[in-house]
Amino acid sequence: MQTTGKITGVNGNMVTVAFDGAVAQNEVGYAILGDVRVMAEIVRVRNGLCDMQVFDSTNGLEIGGTVEFTGDLLSVELGPGLLGMVYDGLQNPLSELAEEASKKSFEDGFFLQRGMYLNGLSRTAKWKWTPSAKPGAELTAGEEIGWVPEGIFRHKIMVPFSLRGRYAVKSVAPEGEYGVDGEIAVLTDSAGRDVPVKMLQRWPVKVPLKCYVERLAPEETLVTSIRTIDTFFPVAVGGTYCIPGPFGAGKTVLQQTTARYAKVDVVISAACGERAGEVVETLKEFPELTDPRTGKSLMERTIIICNTSSMPVASREASVYTAVTLAEYYRQMGLNVLVLADSTSRWAQAMRELSGRLEEIPGEEAFPAYLESRIAAFYERAGRVTLKDGSVGSVTIGGTVSPAGGNFDEPVTQATLKVVSAFHGLSRARSDARRYPAIDPLESWSKYRPVIESARVEKARGILRKGSEVGQMMKVVGEEGTSLEDFTVYLKAEFLDAVYLQQNAFSAVDASTPEDRQRAMFEETEKALSMECRFEDKDETRKFFLNLQQAFIDWNNTPAGSPEYEAAVKDIETRIKEASRV
Amino acid sequence: MFDNKVYRKIDSLSGSVATLRAEGVKYGEIAEIESRAGTSLAQVIKLDRENVTLQIFAGARGVDTSARVRFLGSALRIPCGDALLGRAFTGTGRPRDGGPDLSSGPTVETGRPSVNPARRVVPKKMVRTNIPMIDLFNSLVESQKLPIFAKAGEPYNELLSRIALQAEVDVIVLGGMGLKYDDYLKFRDTLDESGALARTVMFVHTAADPVVECMLVPDASLAVAEEFALRGKRVLVLLTDMTSFADALKEISITMEQIPSNRGYPGNLYSELASRYEKAVDFNGAGSITILAVTTMPGDDVTHPVPDNTGYITEGQFYLRNGRIEPFGSLSRLKQQVNKDTREDHRTLMDAMIKLYSSYKETAEKQSMGFRMSEWDRKLIKYGEAFEKGMMDLAVNIPLEQALDRGWEILAGCFERSETGIPSKLSDKYWPRKG
Repeated sequence: MQTTGKITGVNGNMVTVAFDGAVAQNEVGYAILGDVRVMAEIVRVRNGLCDMQVFDSTNGLEIGGTVEFTGDLLSVELGPGLLGMVYDGLQNPLSELAEEASKKSFEDGFFLQRGMYLNGLSRTAKWKWTPSAKPGAELTAGEEIGWVPEGIFRHKIMVPFSLRGRYAVKSVAPEGEYGVDGEIAVLTDSAGRDVPVKMLQRWPVKVPLKCYVERLAPEETLVTSIRTIDTFFPVAVGGTYCIPGPFGAGKTVLQQTTARYAKVDVVISAACGERAGEVVETLKEFPELTDPRTGKSLMERTIIICNTSSMPVASREASVYTAVTLAEYYRQMGLNVLVLADSTSRWAQAMRELSGRLEEIPGEEAFPAYLESRIAAFYERAGRVTLKDGSVGSVTIGGTVSPAGGNFDEPVTQATLKVVSAFHGLSRARSDARRYPAIDPLESWSKYRPVIESARVEKARGILRKGSEVGQMMKVVGEEGTSLEDFTVYLKAEFLDAVYLQQNAFSAVDASTPEDRQRAMFEETEKALSMECRFEDKDETRKFFLNLQQAFIDWNNTPAGSPEYEAAVKDIETRIKEASRV
Repeated sequence: MFDNKVYRKIDSLSGSVATLRAEGVKYGEIAEIESRAGTSLAQVIKLDRENVTLQIFAGARGVDTSARVRFLGSALRIPCGDALLGRAFTGTGRPRDGGPDLSSGPTVETGRPSVNPARRVVPKKMVRTNIPMIDLFNSLVESQKLPIFAKAGEPYNELLSRIALQAEVDVIVLGGMGLKYDDYLKFRDTLDESGALARTVMFVHTAADPVVECMLVPDASLAVAEEFALRGKRVLVLLTDMTSFADALKEISITMEQIPSNRGYPGNLYSELASRYEKAVDFNGAGSITILAVTTMPGDDVTHPVPDNTGYITEGQFYLRNGRIEPFGSLSRLKQQVNKDTREDHRTLMDAMIKLYSSYKETAEKQSMGFRMSEWDRKLIKYGEAFEKGMMDLAVNIPLEQALDRGWEILAGCFERSETGIPSKLSDKYWPRKG
């Protein structure tokens, strides 16, 4: 029998409910308000009452109001049709919500209506089904029964992840067109009971999907085509990284560029508590852009989870879990998935708000004591795994952090740094000087393998470090107090910064530097860094490097393979040769 | 339920909050409290079994335990529509200019749900202000939300009214929080002199008014703006000063015994600010809302929770320092949407000039420490001075195209072409010929 309850208290987005029967932690229920059903999740049970966080406004709820429990944990729908969708934090498709709301009135169509929830997957779309499992075969959860084409992928339809033990295939539907809730197979469990299987299955978002054989070490570099990252602070396929930075340092532009150019199969962007305007840009631009790897629209490999700052805070908390669950689902098909969470601080703040309402004893800066373990558990859902059919899939997680005051000594940044393997710290000083991407080349680190041999990268970094030291010193002793040798190192560091670290995200060519071009560029840059200048005075040296820099920047904006490209390389090499001591 | 039950026993009073026992009360509903102190509206902010907690808009001072409490059964509604133009109201929508009460006319509910992101459009229309530091370096875009960060004493209200007067919009909504009375008068007079008052609605809370009303001002302003925008109007909302709003929030949450997170501000400060700023929108098929707000920085500290949280929410910020818009830190995140369609040299010139100005700042520092200036340093110094005079001064009032030409002239007056870092293709075309 369905458990029901009565509201005994309302405080902000929290309701307290007295229930009859049994309820589970994280179970979903609906508060009934006239003809509106408002979704809520149980976050605590105490003294026979449960506290629920409400995923919508609580205005109008009253004492004694009815709550109906569903018996299910907060879950998402998995199946073909996820790619290209734009969801809110609870997997409601936003365009469909708008369409549905505008049936009420033109004006209503603009707003998110309370209590309006729609299926994550379309029930009317038909998919071309090809069976691959034979009747009589024995399968376990996560193994393939058949597939449908989705975008450029073979979307595997698998034995539901929630099934435990071994199942015999009793029958498989023949090739044909089916909807996501059509029956495509019947399995028999060890007790002989029949289990019908659809393409659609549900999975609770806060539980990691673990239908794999083993987890592998993240070894391969994930090429983002952002030079600073790939060459200096790389990310690995199946790895984790974070981007903390003060506001205005370019976190979101960096995430957007990564979403566009990263060499992965699927990108899931979770806009968590951030600006709606930025999501809209992605939303309108991605369908127009082509994926350089497939020639198809970029949107076909993208899912956007959009729970912006003005949307209910409880679904903000859910949104990052929704994103990573969808990622794990595509990983199960042997694909490489990148999750970009922007920003995990807003997610942490959602936890803090909830914790405050529960009147829990606060930890540092009023964040709950479980902040660290929640963050760790989230990033642990990344990884490269061998699946049951021997293929390898991965989930890579990159989260931005928005530290209060840009100060990295705050709980969310610190908890994140403990669990990630690459750190791209953005610096206010760099962004003020319009040096983009503003990843601080001295503070950042990565434990993964770069696209260029580590020793060479270290050498270049050494020049950056030395150059920065000289720069600091010059502030005290002035240019005249600096030796020509030191001054040259300073200029070389500035040069490396200007031509290699800095990258123009708005230039058609420079925005994305593929792996081989990075190697070619790095080689030329190295020549300039290791040269012995023949100049006798500082002004002359500076002039040379400024001119060389100009030539390099022109080169950076030249499409690969064009005659200008070769000419630019030649020009650069001649300049270096002429300025070198013989 | 329909006969608006009346209660006459308040159990507790603290700050602006009252608690009493009542039945059939809805969360968020409005009540009317009549006491010796007069009549005030109040809102239900907590329900705990039969105990109802009310926030009294006029404050609890003078409210007695036997005050008459009547629940009105609905959320707060604010008058809206063309009748508001040229008028001034309090945060609860009562007239403060001696004009007629409009609460019997059309009204709008405050705090409507969030706009569906799927129904937003990418902003594309530049709002020209004729201030080069805005138009050239950080273009303002219709439907943008942008604060002006300044310490107390900077001419932020003057800047706000100057932008308001020069921007081409249909309706101006001014939300004043913790405003000094003479500032309110100054706003009114400036708008009046230029004839803009007839398209302006003002919601004003002055420093002398009850603190809860301060919290209501942005909601009232934005609800009215939203209503205009849905009717196809292009609305500019000016909010000054959002730090007062945040302080009101702090005061109230502390009296409510909420656990503060940072410098006494509540943990949901970010969400509270965001739900207001995110009202900035361009409705596809209707009007738009652009928000310009003032955030004063206590102690000129941008890491203070209010400017800090604001910076994460808004689409950039203008720093007003020493009466000038600072090029560093000032940022319009939406400028890329519009500055590609102005003139081909706009972006490049903007980047080059800022980079050089940044180098100038370093050199100026060296100079002040008495170091010898190299030839390059001298060029930078010359450039920095020309830039500050020709671009940064707020008295400069020229259209964008003229500002761009001036930019090239400044560069040519100080540097060789190769020293500017501008791709040769552009400088070939725009670099001023000598003589």
